[in-house]
Amino acid sequence: MSDTHAQTVPFVRETMLPPVAPPANEAGVVRWLRQNLFSGPLNIALTVLGLVAIYYVLEGIVPWLMRSVWTADTLAQCRQIIAERWGEGATGACWAVIRERWPQFLYGFYPNHLYWRPTLTFVLLFVALAPILFGQVPRQLLWFSLAYPFLAFWLLWGGSIFLPLVAAAGFLFGWLAYGLAARFGTIPAVAAAALVPVLWWLFLAGDVSDDLARLTGRSFPLWLEEVRSDKFGGFVLAVTIGVSGIALSLPLGIVLALGRRSDMFLIKALSVSFIEFIRGVPLITLLFTASLLLNYFLPPGTTFDIILRVIIMVTLFAAAYIAEVIRGGLAALPRGQYEAADALGLDYWKAQRLIILPQALKISIPGIVSTFIGMFKDTTLVVFVGLLDPLKGITDAVRASTDWKGIYWEPYIFVGLIFFAFNFAMSRYSMHLERRLKTDHR
Amino acid sequence: MSEAIERAIDRSHMQVSDEVAIQISQMNKWYGSFHVLRDVNMTVHKGERIVICGPSGSGKSTLIRCINRLEEHQSGQIVVDGIELTSDLKNIDKVRSEVGMVFQHFNLFPHLTILENCTLAPIWVRKTPKKEAEEVAMHYLKKVKIPEQAHKYPGQLSGGQQQRVAIARSLCMKPRIMLFDEPTSALDPEMIKEVLDTMIELAEEGMTMLCVTHEMGFAQAVANRVIFMDQGQIVEQNEPGEFFRNPKSERTKLFLSQILGH
Repeated sequence: MSDTHAQTVPFVRETMLPPVAPPANEAGVVRWLRQNLFSGPLNIALTVLGLVAIYYVLEGIVPWLMRSVWTADTLAQCRQIIAERWGEGATGACWAVIRERWPQFLYGFYPNHLYWRPTLTFVLLFVALAPILFGQVPRQLLWFSLAYPFLAFWLLWGGSIFLPLVAAAGFLFGWLAYGLAARFGTIPAVAAAALVPVLWWLFLAGDVSDDLARLTGRSFPLWLEEVRSDKFGGFVLAVTIGVSGIALSLPLGIVLALGRRSDMFLIKALSVSFIEFIRGVPLITLLFTASLLLNYFLPPGTTFDIILRVIIMVTLFAAAYIAEVIRGGLAALPRGQYEAADALGLDYWKAQRLIILPQALKISIPGIVSTFIGMFKDTTLVVFVGLLDPLKGITDAVRASTDWKGIYWEPYIFVGLIFFAFNFAMSRYSMHLERRLKTDHR
Repeated sequence: MSEAIERAIDRSHMQVSDEVAIQISQMNKWYGSFHVLRDVNMTVHKGERIVICGPSGSGKSTLIRCINRLEEHQSGQIVVDGIELTSDLKNIDKVRSEVGMVFQHFNLFPHLTILENCTLAPIWVRKTPKKEAEEVAMHYLKKVKIPEQAHKYPGQLSGGQQQRVAIARSLCMKPRIMLFDEPTSALDPEMIKEVLDTMIELAEEGMTMLCVTHEMGFAQAVANRVIFMDQGQIVEQNEPGEFFRNPKSERTKLFLSQILGH
């Protein structure tokens, strides 16, 4: 046996090696550049091409932005100023239209002296959202979140405070009915909780709120100046529809997703056909249905607010998508999670609430938020049922004036930026939430 | 597959009483048209420690999963702790809260901390106040020797630690019967021992246990009965000494020679 062989075959390590830092040229900016931008001939060519493309885009946009005009009364005046300052034939941005008409983009035709109401509603929205979105906020604020929808309704549409109060009372009655019927079992309790409020809203709520409003008269603390739905427009309209749609479609989507996975044939069949029908039809169809067809079905003389109808349709539409997103999350959970919950004696609802949904929703966050973002942008489609969405409705209204006839880019960029701000915020929040809920430590 | 159990077993609390814990009679189960469990009859007395073994696909897991109705049987009768398992959901939930189960893949809830995993069922099923549930949970976590991990998440623990948490989680419901479905099959050899030690301690306290496992060392050390299953039926059962020394059926002999032969 040779000496090397004698040394290599039986081997015992006497000292363990400590970890050392990687070689110096394996870190730093130079390495990053070389690896990501200039790693070979093809990559060098692509990098150069990319830089050229960026240059051309910026070459077009930057001078246009640099030649911005902020004060002018008409588009013609704007163009004149640009021509004077930068010479004949120069193009430039005319932001004066935004400066003059921004309230219209934000508030539509909401009465000027009442701008404070949508503004306050919007500010309070964040107060109401805070305890839902962030864990550190005191839990007592959730009571405000519960009351917020009714308060927002009252602030936006005005009228007697008793209308939202009476509507809210329906939920209270439902809750009481549930408590009273609970002794007869779950099914009667749920039925009572659903029936009592519906009966209240259908037959009593209207008269009760009218009578109360008449008794108290039209004075400030109990009465706000009424604003009809056709005055709504711009981002007041988009945010009203978007936020209501988001808030309502998530619970409905969860119910539909659970229904689709249910063992009960009828519930499953109903959920599947609802989801497939709604997803199979363009949103515009639903909006037309909301604006035209519903009137045929409703008893004559009923006035059913157009924004409310649109909110219902948008909610149903988003809920169908969200149901499918959540179903994906539910399907991704291992069977063992259901079995462990069962084996511990948790009933169906407790298992869903405590074990299954928290995990399934966490998996579905990116998909849910995508649906929300898509839905918020789709609120611009309400222009087809005669509502003044910020993108086309208001922009057209602005262009209809002789002062601003022929202006295209600036209003669209402005509206686009505001949409972007909302959607980017949602996207960042969803990433924050994903990080916060990350417990797998992989 | 078999780990030798070195330590002495304290048998002072291991008493089998006359009281019947589980009664299975003429039970049959099918998956579609496949007859998984065929005419199973079995009586488990309080305090028994039963090891069920057999080749894969023999129906041993399905059998214990029928006992807490994770699987539904189609004919025959299963009575657990005096409650017959039927499609009545109330009875099922009652049985499940009396019977603890430990799974091959632990099935801890990854979105909850170890402590929350242990207190969830006592709080929501037994309506134990949170503080009390936490005390009980800490007691059992100490018992499985990982109280210091209480505020971590399952993903931060090793497989052996996770399985011990799963045992503690079941114990927090103060079950009368514990079912183990291949509790060590997904573990590295180094971790098998820590889980087996926990199970032995549980046996020493007199817990009624049904274990589907291939740990024959464990069977020899603590079981009072070993059941061998094949093709959905009980082929042979005996007290462990006799079962391993002197198996009667050819099928058992073959199985034992395969798992003990190396």
